[in-house]
Amino acid sequence: MTAAARGPGSWTYGLTIETQGLTKRFGQQLAVDGLDLAVPQGSVFGFLGPNGSGKTTTIRMLLGLAAASAGSVRLLGLDMPGRFQDVLPQVGALVEGPAFYPFLSGTANLHRLDAAARHADPATRKARVSQALDRVGLSHAAGKRVHAYSLGMKQRLGIANALLSPRELLVLDEPTNGLDPQGTREVRNLVRSLAADGTTVFVSSHLLAEVEQICTHAAVMSAGRLVAQGPLPELRRSGIARIRLVTPDAAPAMSVLAGLGLVPDAAPPQPDGEVVTAVLEPAPGDAAPGNAAPEDIVARLVEGGVRVRGFGVERESLEDRFVALTGEGFDVAQ
Amino acid sequence: MPSSASSESAGFTRTTAAAATRRGPGLSLLASELRVLFGRRRTWALLLALAAIPVLIAVAVRISSAVPAGRGPAFLDRITQNGLFVAFTAMLVSVPLFLPLTVGVVAGDTIAGEANLGTLRYLLVAPTGRVRLLLVKYAAALAFCLAAPLTVGLAGAAIGAALFPVGPVTLLSGDVIEPPQAFLRILLIAAYLAISLAGLSAVGLFLSTLTVVPVGAMAATVVVSVVSQVLDQLPQLEWLHPWLFSHYWLGFGDLLRQPVLWDSLVHNAWLQAGYVAVFGALAYGRFVTKDVLS
Repeated sequence: MTAAARGPGSWTYGLTIETQGLTKRFGQQLAVDGLDLAVPQGSVFGFLGPNGSGKTTTIRMLLGLAAASAGSVRLLGLDMPGRFQDVLPQVGALVEGPAFYPFLSGTANLHRLDAAARHADPATRKARVSQALDRVGLSHAAGKRVHAYSLGMKQRLGIANALLSPRELLVLDEPTNGLDPQGTREVRNLVRSLAADGTTVFVSSHLLAEVEQICTHAAVMSAGRLVAQGPLPELRRSGIARIRLVTPDAAPAMSVLAGLGLVPDAAPPQPDGEVVTAVLEPAPGDAAPGNAAPEDIVARLVEGGVRVRGFGVERESLEDRFVALTGEGFDVAQ
Repeated sequence: MPSSASSESAGFTRTTAAAATRRGPGLSLLASELRVLFGRRRTWALLLALAAIPVLIAVAVRISSAVPAGRGPAFLDRITQNGLFVAFTAMLVSVPLFLPLTVGVVAGDTIAGEANLGTLRYLLVAPTGRVRLLLVKYAAALAFCLAAPLTVGLAGAAIGAALFPVGPVTLLSGDVIEPPQAFLRILLIAAYLAISLAGLSAVGLFLSTLTVVPVGAMAATVVVSVVSQVLDQLPQLEWLHPWLFSHYWLGFGDLLRQPVLWDSLVHNAWLQAGYVAVFGALAYGRFVTKDVLS
C-alpha cells in the first residue's frame, strides 16, 4: 500500500473516503469537529476512538444518513450525499449494530433490504441472498425469524446484508460486537479476504487488538476530533520505545546507561533482579537521548561488569498509544 | 496490499457506470412493502377486529327479537329481512372510530416504525431514495385504507348471507336492486371509504416522520381524526366544516340511490387530494432533511 498521491485539485486521487472539515453540531454540542479523513483505496482502515468520540456520527454523515453542519464528504470520488444513487450501491454498511424486522426470517429480511436497493437485480436476488448467508455461516438459521436470533447471529446477518452486492467499500461499525471468539475470527478472515479482492474496508472499533491484527491504516478520534491518522506501522512507530534491563547490579547499570546519554530509571524489582528502564526512542518531537543501538548497550553493560539477566526493547502497544492520545479513565468524552 | 495501479485508475468509474445503467422502476420495494404489511400478524389482527364488527352485529340481531324500526344505527332494522344490510350497517358503524383507528396504526407506523426498528437506516443506505421510500410507504398505507373497509363489507355480506335471507335491496331512493348489484354497491362504498381515509393517512405519514416512537404517531393520528369529527359537530364552526377531512366520511348514502349521486364522492375526493398534497408536502419537507439517528 503506497500513500495516496495528491491530485492537482483539493480532491485527492486514490482515496475511497475523503472528508474535509467535516463537522456535526447538535445544538451547542460539537459531536464531530473539523474532520479530515483520508482512507486510501484498498486499505483496511481502523477507525478508533472511545465511546462517544463521534465515530458513529461520522459514519452517519459519510453514508448520507445525517447532514453535515459544515465540511464535505467524498466517497469513491463522488460527493455525498448529492451522488448517493451512484455511490451507495457500491457501499456495504453495518451502522451502529444490526437492525432487522423481528417478525421476518433472516432470508426474508435480506430480500426486503435488497428489494430496497434499486440497482440490485431481482433475477439474481435469491442466489445473492443465499450466498451472503452462506458467507457468514447463517445458512442453517436462514428460515428462522430474526426474533429468535442471538445478538451474534443478528450481527452476522448484518454483515451478510453488507455483502449482498459486490462492493467497492465496506463500512463496518463495531463488526465483532456480540460475536463469540470463533465469530470474531471469521470476521477477521472475511475482512482479509475482502481486502484481498480489492475492497476497501472501513472498520470502526474500540477493540484495539482487533484493529492491530487486520488493519493497514488507522485513525484515532477523541472528543470529536481526529488526533492521529496514517498507516498502522507509522502510528505505532510514533510511540515511545524503551529498553528494559533485569540485573542484580542496578547501581552500576544506571551509571553505564547514563554514560551512554540515556536517562535510566529504576522500575519495581522482579524476583530475579532489579529492573532498570530507559527511553531509547522518544515520542516524536522530543530530543533523542543518545543514539546507541540495543546491542551496543548490552556490550557496554557487560564491559562495565553488570550482570545482565534480561534485556529487551519494548515498544508502546497500540493500546498505550491510544490511551496516550485519548486520555485515561472511563469518562465518556463530551 | 493488492491494489494494483490499473484498478486504482479504473476502479471507481467502471463500477459507477455499471450501477447507473441497472436501475429498475423500483416496484420491487412496493411489492416488498405490501408483503411485509399484509404478512404481519398485526395487520391481520387489525383486519380480523374489523371483520368482527359485522359478525357481532349480525349475531346480536339474530339472537335478539326483531329490532323496532327506527331504533339503532341506520339499516339495522332491515337486517332480518335482508342479510346484505349487515354490510351497510357495519361499514356505517365503523366509520367514526374503528376505521380511523386501524388506519392510524398503519399510517403512524410507516416511517416511525422503521426508525424504531433501526431498519430505516438500512433502507436508506441500500440505497432507497427518501422520496421513493415516502411514496412507497404512502402507497402501502392506501392499500390498507382499501383493505380495511373492504374487509368490513365482505365480512358483513358473508355473515349476513349466512344468518339471514338475501333478497332484492330497497335503496334510499325507493328503487329496488338485485343482490349482485347490491354487492357492487358494497364494493363502491368500500372504495368511497378508502378515498375518505386517504387524507388521514397523509396526516399519519407526516406525523410518522416526526418521531421514532411509532405508538406516538399512531395515537396522534387517531386523535387528529377524533378532533376533526368533534369540530364537525360544532355548529359555531360551520365555516370550517367543509374543510375538515372527516366532513364527507358518512356521505356515502348518496351511493345508495338510483341513479347514484356522485357529488359527495367528488367533493370528498377533492378534499382528500388537498390533504394529501399539504401533508404529503410537509412529510417530504420533514423527511428529506431529517437526520436519521436511530
